[in-house]
Amino acid sequence: MGDFWGTMAEAISLILQWDTDLIGIIALSLRVTLTAVAIACVIGLPLGAVVGAFRIPGRTLVTVVLNALMGLPPVVVGLIVYLMLSASGPLGPLQLLYTPTAMIIAQTILVTPIVAALTKQVVEDLHGEYAEQFASLGVGRIDRVLALLWDARYSLLTVALAGFGRAVAEVGAVLIVGGNINHVTRVMTTTIALETSKGNLQLALALGIVLLVLAFCVNAAVMAVRASAVRAAYV
Amino acid sequence: MCEALRDTPMPPTPVAAPASPVLVSAAGLCFDAGGKRLIDDLDIRIREGRCSVIMGANGAGKSLLLRLMHGLLTPSAGEIRWRGRPMDRAARRAQAMVFQRPVMLRRSVLANLRFALSVRGLRAGDRDSRIFEALRRARLEDMAHRPARVLSGGEQQRLAVVRALACDPELLFLDEPTASLDPSSAQAVEDLIAHARARGVTVVMITHDPAQARRLGEDLHFVHSGQVVESGPVQAVLDHPRSEAAQAWLDGRLFVAPGQSTPT
Ligand SMILES: Nc1ncnc2c1ncn2[C@@H]1O[C@H](COP(=O)(O)OP(=O)(O)OP(=O)(O)O)[C@@H](O)[C@H]1O
Ligand SMILES: [Mg+2]
Repeated sequence: MGDFWGTMAEAISLILQWDTDLIGIIALSLRVTLTAVAIACVIGLPLGAVVGAFRIPGRTLVTVVLNALMGLPPVVVGLIVYLMLSASGPLGPLQLLYTPTAMIIAQTILVTPIVAALTKQVVEDLHGEYAEQFASLGVGRIDRVLALLWDARYSLLTVALAGFGRAVAEVGAVLIVGGNINHVTRVMTTTIALETSKGNLQLALALGIVLLVLAFCVNAAVMAVRASAVRAAYV
Repeated sequence: MCEALRDTPMPPTPVAAPASPVLVSAAGLCFDAGGKRLIDDLDIRIREGRCSVIMGANGAGKSLLLRLMHGLLTPSAGEIRWRGRPMDRAARRAQAMVFQRPVMLRRSVLANLRFALSVRGLRAGDRDSRIFEALRRARLEDMAHRPARVLSGGEQQRLAVVRALACDPELLFLDEPTASLDPSSAQAVEDLIAHARARGVTVVMITHDPAQARRLGEDLHFVHSGQVVESGPVQAVLDHPRSEAAQAWLDGRLFVAPGQSTPT
């Protein structure tokens, strides 16, 4: 138990010292995950909105696939991206394996179905409420999607936060395609996973604390978004 | 024919002499849902430039009839005609509707109106002056920047009327526009309707209030079990209902709330 508190003290001092290795790892984590979430939103928001708002052919199939992909095991995604990017894979010539780009690709694949599926649900509910009014006004298809996305903005912000929460805490996929290379592809979760076994406990614990704080922040942000949505009567 | 009518002593109902053209009509209209025939072989003719009132008991099919005429529902049989022709996109664009439960976007009052006008293709420059004029008339100008959904039920109802009118429709459908409004809000809505009528807008309005029907309406269509069982001038139908259903309905109202339906 004394060991635990000793390690804890060292971990906290690492954080307070603004340790450069630690900062580098946190920065890369955030860069990879935020980029992946941004790309996932660019793809997932319109996709979810279109599937949620229109009775397009294959709608049920798309919904089932999206919901299934939501539960994708990260290691499987990592494995598939690895096979695609490895020297003998179809995307081998791009030489992306063990780069931050590879990690962004893997996380984007993980997060996009989440964003799309949750967006579809949100937009579908809202459209149920708006459909007759839209039909009465004669709102065109593109205007409909844009209006629904805009009016669901608070809910969609929490969707994006949910995607961020999942991606930033994920370890399997980024470990396989990133390889946890020091100063290149080492992110918070892979560092914790590998440094713990090497006995570098204070760094692992420091990152664990940062991850916890991030999780708290994400939840606080979700609650703040909800509260301001309620205040603005936009729910 | 008119000559013949003039010769008869004291006709019980004055025949509206130069009948205005029919704007919307339906014949043999049917609508099925949930395995039931909700609109059953219904005939109706809405005349241009007039205010037609639709009355009938709860669940008679009034709101369904309005949705069908507005093109929001597809009839199971029969057809809605616009100036004698099948309804097309242009005809739909010439109509606006206020629903029984108004639906406001999650935006400010102003943004709600801007959205409606931009959909109808109004340029941004013309939009705002028109919006503020409409809000002033509805006594809502102080609320322009508030989220539409914090407005009270009555204010939202007025906003819904304003939004529909801002679209500059030729034909306005109103589904119980003053239900659950206090007298002054109801008056504000009636003023808006009167103003639209003065501009030549044809109005089709559902109401449960005979006094309001007398104030605003010219033609009355009484709906019972998915059919129009009686049509005629408001005064005539309310004073001397010929159909069993209209008679019973009017009696029922008088019985339930004596004195309340005295016309003003
Ligand atoms: N989609 C639907 N599926 C099944 N039944 C429906 C549907 N829409 C309406 N109905 C039924 O059709 C009947 C007529 O409904 P409608 O809304 O037109 O009544 P209404 O005359 O407007 O009544 P109220 O005065 O209460 O507004 C009701 O019995 C209602 O339950
Ligand atoms: Mg109704």
